[in-house]
Amino acid sequence: MGIVSRGFSGRRRTTDPDLPPGQYLTEDFPVLSAGPTPHVTTDRWEFTITTEAGERYRWDWAGLHELPVQRFTTDLHCVTKWSKLGTAWEGVSLDDLFADVETAAEYALVHSYGGYTTNLPLGDLLDGQAWIALRYDGDDLTPPHGGPARLLVPHLYLWKSAKWVRGIQLLHDDEPGFWETAGYHDYGDPWREQRYWGD
Amino acid sequence: MTSRHEDGPPHALPPAEHTDGHLDANAAGGALREIFTVDLTAAAGTCVGCAHAFILAQALLYTQAPGLVGRCPSCEDVVFRLVRAPDRAWLDLRGVTCLEFALPEPPTI
Repeated sequence: MGIVSRGFSGRRRTTDPDLPPGQYLTEDFPVLSAGPTPHVTTDRWEFTITTEAGERYRWDWAGLHELPVQRFTTDLHCVTKWSKLGTAWEGVSLDDLFADVETAAEYALVHSYGGYTTNLPLGDLLDGQAWIALRYDGDDLTPPHGGPARLLVPHLYLWKSAKWVRGIQLLHDDEPGFWETAGYHDYGDPWREQRYWGD
Repeated sequence: MTSRHEDGPPHALPPAEHTDGHLDANAAGGALREIFTVDLTAAAGTCVGCAHAFILAQALLYTQAPGLVGRCPSCEDVVFRLVRAPDRAWLDLRGVTCLEFALPEPPTI
């Protein structure tokens, strides 16, 4: 058997109403990564939002913590078919980070330490839908799970929640990211089972 | 909290796992053979990022991901990505240039 699975599709009915189609429940927290784990210390960490006009908004670790840190509980859905329900997080809402950002862009390309990218409409980062997550289950976020800080956009498949996030680039035109250029769906709504191109 | 991915793709047993989670790309041989009739892991190529010349099997292979990711053994830039859906596959080789394959000589007449 080859090392690649036969794919993650399959629209079998899911009996748990909290599970999107084709997902199964897991109690552990699987670690997926497309490369070596970056180890970014908080004294060197920074996060930037760069507008379509090139204007740059920057936060260091202390500056990020001057913004309100919210506690929230949410479900996670990975495109590899596991879902984890009721996960507890602490993080800074993207609404607070975007509060003073002037932009007419419709799209965002998220960049991570280590070179990973992922794209999504800017609207999916706003209105209480996305956070820069700093703590999981009461503990600081560890590097394997994206620490010191990761994006969390839990209404989309988890590959959109970029680990080791370092910045968001705002764009007038959509620009597919790392997995979106290699067969995975541009938007990735788990409730519509948007796993691959054309789904 | 940091347990490894247990229930993802059914993997062939890896030849060797390194401390940072990658395999050597011999482990991609079966997946690539499904698409190519030659053994692609034996092909020689050059990394677009750093110009390092290597045999594809020497790439650092990350499998605990939504697809297979091969990285240059020298600079760790991505050299290939392979994603498998039930009825389709996507192979992106933009990180490696001019693959060289060994082929059997044609029969002499």
